[in-house]
Amino acid sequence: MIRLLEYQAKGLLREVGIKVPEGGVARTGEEASRIAEQIGGPVVVKAQVPVGGRGKAGGVLFADTPEEAREVARDLLGSKIKGEIVDKVLVEERLNIEEEWYAAISLDRSERIPIVLASREGGVDIEEVPDEKIARRYVDPFLGMRPFEARLVAKDAGIPREYLRDFESVLTAMYEVFDGYDAHLVEINPLVLTKEGELVAADAVVNLDQDAAVMRHPEFAEETEDFHLVELGGDVGIIANGAGLTMATVDLVKEFGGEPANFLDVGGGAYPSLIRRAILAVDDLGVSVILINIFGGITRCDDVAKGIVRAMEDVDTPMVVRLVGTNEEEGHAILKEHGIDVFEDLEEAVKRAVEIAQG
Amino acid sequence: MIESTTRVLVQGITGRHGSFHTGLMLEYGTNVVAGVTPGKGGEEVHGVPVFDTVEEAVDETGAEASVVFVPAPFAPDAVMEAIEAGLDPIVVITEHIPAHDTMMFVQLAEEYGVRIIGPNTPGIIVPPERTKMGIMPHQVFSEGSVAVASRSGTLTYEIVHHLTEAGIGQSVCVGLGGDTVVGMTFIDFLEMVEEDPGTEAVVLIGEIGGSAEEEAAEYIAETDYPKPVVAYIAGRHAPPGKRMGHAGAIVHRGQGTAESKEKAFLEAGVEVAKTPWEVPELLKEYL
Repeated sequence: MIRLLEYQAKGLLREVGIKVPEGGVARTGEEASRIAEQIGGPVVVKAQVPVGGRGKAGGVLFADTPEEAREVARDLLGSKIKGEIVDKVLVEERLNIEEEWYAAISLDRSERIPIVLASREGGVDIEEVPDEKIARRYVDPFLGMRPFEARLVAKDAGIPREYLRDFESVLTAMYEVFDGYDAHLVEINPLVLTKEGELVAADAVVNLDQDAAVMRHPEFAEETEDFHLVELGGDVGIIANGAGLTMATVDLVKEFGGEPANFLDVGGGAYPSLIRRAILAVDDLGVSVILINIFGGITRCDDVAKGIVRAMEDVDTPMVVRLVGTNEEEGHAILKEHGIDVFEDLEEAVKRAVEIAQG
Repeated sequence: MIESTTRVLVQGITGRHGSFHTGLMLEYGTNVVAGVTPGKGGEEVHGVPVFDTVEEAVDETGAEASVVFVPAPFAPDAVMEAIEAGLDPIVVITEHIPAHDTMMFVQLAEEYGVRIIGPNTPGIIVPPERTKMGIMPHQVFSEGSVAVASRSGTLTYEIVHHLTEAGIGQSVCVGLGGDTVVGMTFIDFLEMVEEDPGTEAVVLIGEIGGSAEEEAAEYIAETDYPKPVVAYIAGRHAPPGKRMGHAGAIVHRGQGTAESKEKAFLEAGVEVAKTPWEVPELLKEYL
């Protein structure tokens, strides 16, 4: 899943005719002050990081003058919000808020079709809004969301009659983004009803599908490594194949009293050079042992063994290898030739790795 | 679900994975009768005739079920072709299909009453029939009476390996697929093996994210499911993923964590193994 930054999400909404606050993106305090000057009034300065709950984490600040905007932008730029470094801020006009609503279209994993959600109680984390205050409606993806469906949701959510058609336009436009960009989620929270009587997307989240982005929206595709590494902070390095097996290996290390340093899934069909790079990446974390757990299917144990042998030239950290499945005997033979102990039993391998880590 | 006599079609049979795994399926005993690759009709792969269209393959060979190896950009079209030709089940091995595309063919399959397994699945294997549609290394599996469904490939092999070592064979194993949108769910699987006389007990292998496990637990409790079920959940020590959207949280409050899934299972009377090798230990009480 790719979580777009707020300004990118708002760019997509603006394209389909949804009003967003006047503003611009700044990378320096100077730029922020210039944008505030153009807006000519009180502004809000928002850290552009791909995480929720920015406000509570201090990522959204207010400024009444361009000078103040420069100062708060400087405070935010370079700081970390929920672990993400801020390198851009969005400087926007402050809205005259009458009410804060909620609108979202998401791909429902259980029903496997789009669901539209709306509430008159927006502006807070939607999980805190009572169930009965959220209107829901599933959409047939072959038909798309028709305007009358949007009106039904609006009525259910208690949207006042005079804003029924405006709300309908916002939802149908959101569906255009959902459909056109293969989104998992298009969310406006809050959708502000201003004192001037306009509906404005004050904040927005758009989550895209990585596979669809690569295929159809390359401008948003994230560069992906051919292995997936997540740091966990401990000292037992972990490499496995397949997300489920890698998670299970992390769980087992923890279960046996060790502290996992990372999650690294080499995926299916890993070849020797990939295994070598994975080992080097884990070694770079400064771990005290590397546990390698491979259950060969598409992945061949001899390829894995060759990668381990090549990595040994550059890595002194002890390795505990558990290797079973396709071409198991060939793999074991290669490792034994190079004096590497290899386990067939997962429990023994995990225990050994934890033992080494605990010295 | 599938038998040794089921006439299997391979879509994308001339590709690298398609042809390699057609060989392994034939070796195991699968009755592969035809392949389809548009433009390659008339060729043969491992002695299996190749056709340009699914319709021709069905007319000529009586193919009943399909396993799809077609690359992601063309896979949704291939699956829809199989749906409209009436093939059932359709096992989609292909990875990296956009979720919106999967949503469309899963929805179409529902309208046609066709079962989709996957995408991004190792497939289905039925050891008592010596037949499989997919890429599972069949050496790991053994004939028996435990039905296994899983959201993960290699973790399935790991747990089945412990079952086989403990002398517990399998009646059927299905990989449901690792994508956010998949066809067959745990509930569909439970319904499928409920009446199967060859299945005595069920193993569900879940992982964090989504609410498929919670829904399965609810189904087991509500229907007073007649067969014992044992579960394993991967990811109990995984940190909350930073790329995970809040879409799920809105619709399924408080669900998606390993704790939530374990709690749901325990409340439904389903024991949850802490390690892969605990799965056979828990099963032994029931067999």
